[in-house]
Amino acid sequence: MHPSSMRIKKSAGAMVANEPLWLRALLIGATFAIIGGLIFVPMVYVFVQALADGWRSYFDNLVKDKDTLHSIWLTLSVAPLAVLFNTVFGLAAAWTVTRFKFPGRTLLVTLLDVPFAISPVVVGLMFLMLFGMQGFFGPTLREWGIKIIFAWPALVLATTFVTLPFVARELIPLMESLGDEEEVAAVSLGANPWQLFWRITLPNIKWGLVYGMIQCNARAIGEFGAVYVVSGHIAGETDTMPLRVEKLFQEYNNPGSFAVASLLTLMALVTLLGKYVLERWIAHQMAAHQADVVGE
Amino acid sequence: MSKSHRVLPGFALSLGYTITILTAMLVLPCVALSIKAAALSPAQFLAAVWSERARSTYALSFGASAIAALLNVAIGMLIAWVLVRYDFWGRRFLDALIDLPFALPTAVAGLVFSALLVRNGWYGQFLIPWGIQGAYSRLGIVIVLVFVGLPFVVRTVQPVLESLEGDTEEAAAMLGANRWQTLGRVLMPAVRPSLMTGFALSFARGIGEYGSVVFISGNMPFKTEIAPVLIVARLEEFSYAEANAIAVVLILLSLTSLAVVNWLERRSRRCAS
Repeated sequence: MHPSSMRIKKSAGAMVANEPLWLRALLIGATFAIIGGLIFVPMVYVFVQALADGWRSYFDNLVKDKDTLHSIWLTLSVAPLAVLFNTVFGLAAAWTVTRFKFPGRTLLVTLLDVPFAISPVVVGLMFLMLFGMQGFFGPTLREWGIKIIFAWPALVLATTFVTLPFVARELIPLMESLGDEEEVAAVSLGANPWQLFWRITLPNIKWGLVYGMIQCNARAIGEFGAVYVVSGHIAGETDTMPLRVEKLFQEYNNPGSFAVASLLTLMALVTLLGKYVLERWIAHQMAAHQADVVGE
Repeated sequence: MSKSHRVLPGFALSLGYTITILTAMLVLPCVALSIKAAALSPAQFLAAVWSERARSTYALSFGASAIAALLNVAIGMLIAWVLVRYDFWGRRFLDALIDLPFALPTAVAGLVFSALLVRNGWYGQFLIPWGIQGAYSRLGIVIVLVFVGLPFVVRTVQPVLESLEGDTEEAAAMLGANRWQTLGRVLMPAVRPSLMTGFALSFARGIGEYGSVVFISGNMPFKTEIAPVLIVARLEEFSYAEANAIAVVLILLSLTSLAVVNWLERRSRRCAS
């Protein structure tokens, strides 16, 4: 039920604007007001608050606070790990589901959506019940000297769970619509699996894959509820950037909190820019491809 | 597709890998939570999940999510319509901004809305003199849930509106339907399934949402405490069994409501086609 989020816009030819001018103006005005008030102004306000005491103290808030620096480093290492893991998983799941028919296929697709339906806090709790001291494997793991809960492995696990469907959900509709003719042809011409993946499948799906990875990364960076439960809030050790934002907020350090928040907002804007460029690029490619077909 | 069953390589490997990961990452944690919750006796379980405080959190979680999702359906439809049908200065920019709630960490959303809505914030300075308390209130929860869920509705409705092309509406108009009849008889039936999907996605997201709500709600028991916050509160009191029990109820409630919405959606899709 989760739609593919990649949007390739058609040309503006389909526009019908036969409403009276006043109604159009009213609707467009309302849209500006809603998106402005709900999305644009809050985005600007993050930077206004972060820079309230000037650039000097803004940089001090970021650079001189060791715990904040550590949280940036931690987020920038946990998120890519989750993305890497979910990329491999997404490729395997999409290949299984779109290229083969087998009993239980529908169940598998349904299971993929489950992380969307479970509250991140509950996700964190689940891992606590598996690997925490009150959990099934906690005492054994402690004997072996392995630390998962209240340490970075739990952050990676929780983040991976929450972002599990993102790459697969992007690839499944794409690979379904591409069909398997090219791949079957390659195999019958003698391609081995390695060649098949690198020369046929990957080139066909690469932009969709990148798109899914961008989405997965954004969600991984922002994950809060699940990591909140499993991190143990150890400043300078298990606090990711969103957790750092919360901790500084609780300590009434508003400028510090907004400074970290402004970095997260910048990352979100980079994500949006990446998606936008990618959508334009794919639309361009498709137009070029269609022109080729017509030209022949 | 049936042909490729034998031709394409990697079936055993990719299926095995997918099932292993799903079992380890998804099924095992769910089972662990259920077993731990089952350690409670039925009476203890009931006491944990049906206390007055717990009931008020379910009511708030579901109520606020439903109201936010309904608001999102209304304003999401409006925004999708305007972005698809009208060409105006700034359209692309607005269209790109719609994705910001997807990309922005929800903690940042909670932080910035609570700062905007307090007395000296940009919004609060106008709203609070009118008696509208945005921060540390139920209204604040609805506001952040609207923010978090809006792109779900817009992005599910937009492609449907784009695919309508307008010729059915023109036909309806030529056959003498007025604007309202066209809207009610031609547009709405086509758009309704996607509105329901958008509602379901926004609703599900709202029930689970934690990061943005903790900043803005004040988390007062019986007043502004949502179910995930109660789970965390129980954890911090080291009442793990109770936390598990509430988590199980939350999962069951959200899966049930999703199943209901899915069923409604499928039914209206059948009516539409």
